[in-house]
Amino acid sequence: MIRTVFVAAGLVLTLSTVIAQSDPIAERRETMKGVGAATRDGAAIAKGEAAFDATKTENIFKVYVAAARKMPGLFPDTAKTGGESIAGPKIWEDPAGFKAGFAKLEMEATAAAASTKDLDSFRTAFGTVTKNCAACHEVYRIKK
Amino acid sequence: MRRLFLTLGIFILLGLAGFYVLTDPRVVSPAPEIGTLPPPDVENGKLLFAAGGCSSCHATPGQDDKLRLGGGLALPSPFGTFRAPNISPHTRDGIGNWGVKDFVDAMATGVSPSGQHYYPAFPYTSYRLMPPKALADLFAYIRTLPSVEGSAPGHDLPLPFNIRRAVGGWKLLFFDGSPFRPDPTKSEEWNRGAYLVQGPGHCAECHSNRNALGAIIPSTRFAGGPDPEGKGFVPNITQHADGLANWSKSEIAELLKTGFTPSFDSVGGNMTAVVRNTAQLSDVDRMAMAEFIKSLPAVAGPPRPKKAE
Repeated sequence: MIRTVFVAAGLVLTLSTVIAQSDPIAERRETMKGVGAATRDGAAIAKGEAAFDATKTENIFKVYVAAARKMPGLFPDTAKTGGESIAGPKIWEDPAGFKAGFAKLEMEATAAAASTKDLDSFRTAFGTVTKNCAACHEVYRIKK
Repeated sequence: MRRLFLTLGIFILLGLAGFYVLTDPRVVSPAPEIGTLPPPDVENGKLLFAAGGCSSCHATPGQDDKLRLGGGLALPSPFGTFRAPNISPHTRDGIGNWGVKDFVDAMATGVSPSGQHYYPAFPYTSYRLMPPKALADLFAYIRTLPSVEGSAPGHDLPLPFNIRRAVGGWKLLFFDGSPFRPDPTKSEEWNRGAYLVQGPGHCAECHSNRNALGAIIPSTRFAGGPDPEGKGFVPNITQHADGLANWSKSEIAELLKTGFTPSFDSVGGNMTAVVRNTAQLSDVDRMAMAEFIKSLPAVAGPPRPKKAE
């Protein structure tokens, strides 16, 4: 019985990974949802609605770094439109600028993790990093 | 036969005369009190400049100083490409030679100092809600900004849209030139928000669907629609389930301050520039805007383009 469960779970896991890999639009949407969730946690802390917690804030920046590394690879020529994609045509017109945006996010998120010592330093670091969201969305995303 | 031609000719002449009279850009100036206005409040002008998003269209593209209003930004539309003019205080290329009345007429009636109609790509359809005093303050602030030399290239419009006179007919059909009238049954905060959202903020100019002649369809005002500048879809901001029904007042104010939605997605496209502007307002003004937006009746917008599954 236990074996069946494990096998089934294993199958589901593999299957979802395969689906994600074969569907870059779904995967980039999931990745950005993760970034949004992390930002929600960060904003709650920055606003004083949640207590400062070094493990939590470290995780927030980890999510950003991981997303910044993963995202540039999720925009192949075969996935320009479709699904509910709101990816803008600029991504494929200016791939260098698009990648540079994520490189900057990765760098700043790494620096932010290093400079966060307490609530005040977190607020500053978080404010700097999250400026990247709008900077990219302004250029590389269509209206929705 | 001759009589038929004669009758036709007379009708055509009458028609032309009618067109000429009806589309006359003559301004019945909305502001007899212009001469008696107190000295302008430049700080208020600065606030209105941010609320009005002036620099989003008029700042010279390709450089970072949003206060250099050299114009030139292209605004694509179904009618051709409009280009924002130079509104810096340069005396030859900008509006340095304008008087307060010229500015008020431009903003409130859409008529230039040389007596020509402006195209409603310039949202005087909303700005007209600002009273002459507010417009004089805004004008005084713009006059403190750097003077930028060089006039912007003209609009690129095909016939018949390149006939400015025709805008007079458009105005007859669609332009309501009345100023803002507060609703005494509503709170002061609501009225402040209504003024900011509908007047300087000109939110409905993008967040509405337009008819074949490019005028906002009143019944679906604020209910979103296809992006008039091309790709994408502008969201419904009424209290409809597809709009902002589930957003709290403070979540709307938060978006106007930081650009983050309640699910912490950050807004993109042109709304990023709007947030750069609304971020400069006070928390009180942003909450007032949210108060008004929360009061917009639920209206279903035009259907979004089919989502492929």
